[in-house]
Amino acid sequence: MDTDQLIRTLAADNAHRAPRVGAMLTMALLVAAPLSILIFATFLGVRPDLMSAMHNPFFDMKFAVTLSLAIPAIIVSLHLSRPEALLRGWGWLLLLPVGLLAVAIGGEMMMAPAMPMTMRMVGKNSRVCLSAIPAMSLPLLAGALFGLRHGAPSRPALAGALAGLVSAGLAATLYASHCTDDSPLFVATWYTLATALVTAIGALVGSKVLRY
Amino acid sequence: MRGREDEWTGLMRSAMAGDDAAYHRLLRAVTPVLRAAARRGLARAGQPPDQAEDIVQEILLAVHLKRHTWDSEAPFAPWLFAIARNKLIDALRRRGRRIFVNIDDFAEALPGEAPQETASAGEVAAQLDTLPQRQRDVLQSIAVESASIKDTAARFSMSEGAVRVALHRGLSALTAKLRDH
Repeated sequence: MDTDQLIRTLAADNAHRAPRVGAMLTMALLVAAPLSILIFATFLGVRPDLMSAMHNPFFDMKFAVTLSLAIPAIIVSLHLSRPEALLRGWGWLLLLPVGLLAVAIGGEMMMAPAMPMTMRMVGKNSRVCLSAIPAMSLPLLAGALFGLRHGAPSRPALAGALAGLVSAGLAATLYASHCTDDSPLFVATWYTLATALVTAIGALVGSKVLRY
Repeated sequence: MRGREDEWTGLMRSAMAGDDAAYHRLLRAVTPVLRAAARRGLARAGQPPDQAEDIVQEILLAVHLKRHTWDSEAPFAPWLFAIARNKLIDALRRRGRRIFVNIDDFAEALPGEAPQETASAGEVAAQLDTLPQRQRDVLQSIAVESASIKDTAARFSMSEGAVRVALHRGLSALTAKLRDH
């Protein structure tokens, strides 16, 4: 086929309209979310003392941290789905949860501690945290990668890592309502480890499936 | 250079608004620039320039299938060159060379440097033969025999909608095969 023939063929297909990447990503995440919620409802569930926990600012802070990861990660992943986009100028958005955590840790330090620091950090749920967040992430990660495949990222591994951050942030939001460890030190340690694992998986898979 | 790129942006806006002729003109206008850059990239990687047309066709297919990622408020050229650069790197890598492709290769390419003739390329044609029958028939009819969608529909007793679907699926499948082969 010569190039003029190809060009004519592409022009004949001009009427085809693809949805925006944001629409595909939203749809894919909405399809995946019930699976993650099912894992949550089957194996974890909301902690029994939810009502009183909500009065604890450190409980609420967990959601601020996880959502400040998930939402900026969605925004940056959509930005990077354009081929000419650079991370520069957008990467700072991903530091929001880090900043929030630092403030929360500082706040906790200034209060009279109920438990020694190492105990707050190790907590009671570290193992559950390390398995539950990745497990609930997987359906969302698959959804995020499916949605982002619709884009044209110049760096597929980076885009995959962002899909990992999106899914880990959302899964951690679910997990936070189950976990009774509210110390920001616990969150900074175990949530971060779980997120790093999911992000690495996302980068690895993304480098294969997000090439266009 | 600036004038040329503004013209491209205007054509692409019209194309996205449904003007098929503008789209055709745009693709024809960018092809010599892409060809010159592909030849330069191949030369720098020590590869024969006769593969340039395969790369040009791959770029055109990617531009077509990813055009919804172009922001109509943004200039078209940086978007185009990013896709072209990406595809050129991929193509050179597949041929066993890692090479840094400078974005300026595209921005500086003058259409005059490239031969204006339309060259035929082997890879798209070869992958075309591996498509499902219906997609292959439709693509052959429209690409090679220059039939319209309407004539193609009549010829294969399909609805025009079915021809459009087969056409788009065929182009998507072709692109996936070129990427993964």
